[in-house]
Amino acid sequence: MMKNDVDNTQGDTRLAIEVDDLRVIRGGRVVIPGLTMTVPIGQVTGLLGPSGCGKSTLMRAIVGVQRVASGEVRVLGRPAGSVELRRLVGYVTQAPSVYGDLTVRENLGFFASVLAAPPTDPDRVIAAVDLGTHADSRVDRLSGGQRAWASLAVALLGAPRVLVLDEPTVGLDPVLRRDLWRLFHELAADGVSVLVSSHVMDEAERCERLLLMREGGMLADESPAALLERTGAADVESAFLSIVDQAGAAA
Amino acid sequence: MSPRITFAIARRVLTQLRRDPRTVVLLLVVPCGLLTLLWWMFDGEDVIFNRFGPPLLALFPFIVMFLVTSVTTLRERSSGTLERLLSMPTGKADFLVGYALAFGSVALAQALLAVGLTVGLLGLDVSGPVWMLTVIAVLDAVLGTALGLFVSAFAQTEFQAVQFMPAVVLPQMLLCGLFVTRDALPPVLEAVSNVLPLSYAVDAMQRVTLDSGVSSEVRDLLVIAAFAVGALALGAATLRRRTA
Repeated sequence: MMKNDVDNTQGDTRLAIEVDDLRVIRGGRVVIPGLTMTVPIGQVTGLLGPSGCGKSTLMRAIVGVQRVASGEVRVLGRPAGSVELRRLVGYVTQAPSVYGDLTVRENLGFFASVLAAPPTDPDRVIAAVDLGTHADSRVDRLSGGQRAWASLAVALLGAPRVLVLDEPTVGLDPVLRRDLWRLFHELAADGVSVLVSSHVMDEAERCERLLLMREGGMLADESPAALLERTGAADVESAFLSIVDQAGAAA
Repeated sequence: MSPRITFAIARRVLTQLRRDPRTVVLLLVVPCGLLTLLWWMFDGEDVIFNRFGPPLLALFPFIVMFLVTSVTTLRERSSGTLERLLSMPTGKADFLVGYALAFGSVALAQALLAVGLTVGLLGLDVSGPVWMLTVIAVLDAVLGTALGLFVSAFAQTEFQAVQFMPAVVLPQMLLCGLFVTRDALPPVLEAVSNVLPLSYAVDAMQRVTLDSGVSSEVRDLLVIAAFAVGALALGAATLRRRTA
């Protein structure tokens, strides 16, 4: 019964995430009317769009915690949220989901045992997110940025192949933001597929691939350079505007 | 369900509780204080203390664990940690049993203190085995935990969670035989009291203090256990991996 036919159902093996005609309704409102997109393996993909455009909902659907109305979401060739993916997909929500009354190390120790990660893993990820000096501080005594790092550290436990990160850089100071992007690229170099959302367009240039989202739909899916070339815009923000204007003119 | 994850959750809940020494002291000391107050109120009147003491031994673990669990699980739901746990290999049973184990062991400490005090120092007369009082108290606590987990699904704020206590617990307290013996209740209310778990807890406590045998308590214990399992199953139904 537990044996499953993963090989028969495997999609494109170069894709980390495939979303096909996804439709999501939240609270009676159509948040995503029918969205198709892919995320390649081993790259940092940026999911950009204004607040409320459906980025978080799309990410929740990819992780398998969002109830969807119709459509298909596959991660590493398996249906989103399936049992085999629960060790392979790391997910970080906008609000840090860690226990405030435990220390960073205790939080990581707990989640490591849930994931059956090696006992040395908490120390490894503490070093990766540079929280060494705060490892034994209670999370609720840390700054907002440090709490976000602690939450990110949990997602790095074990050996995730796909990381889904919802606005991880919000409110971080520029130095920390640079460090975070450096970490994403290091992870991608190790073959991890990183999907990062942001509502700040200037973060787009740090991604290898861009997904521009607006009102639950996908405006663009290409590399930052290709996007700028196609639209003739000087930066991603202007490119975004010119695509929205064109769509408006065509309609 | 995996023992590794279940115990990790139980250990984590206990570590969190340890971070909050004031709550631990309140959990352990308040029941003892109240029982002493009751004993003092009926100074020298052992008959009355023997009537009210056992029901209260059943009530405290139930009420306290109901409150503690409903608030902690609500926090877990609203902070996103529950969603994170369920996106990991955690089974629903791991989560529920982990909580039941953690709060069950706190209840054991609470019951040992309360029973030790009432029987040892305050002179409650117990015809049956004294350990049976502890067993009933712990089972009550697990029942409280299970119901607390369940109602936390219907509360959006901690205020609401706390308000569920009078709604769920007080009717049971009124009908459990503490104020009016159950067979003296109007027939409809007696029938209602027959399907409320706390009635069986209080019955069991009273039987241990009055009879020397344990067979009738075992039946009550089975009824309480069935309610606890039922509440845990209802609680499991409220834990959803996918939410709207």
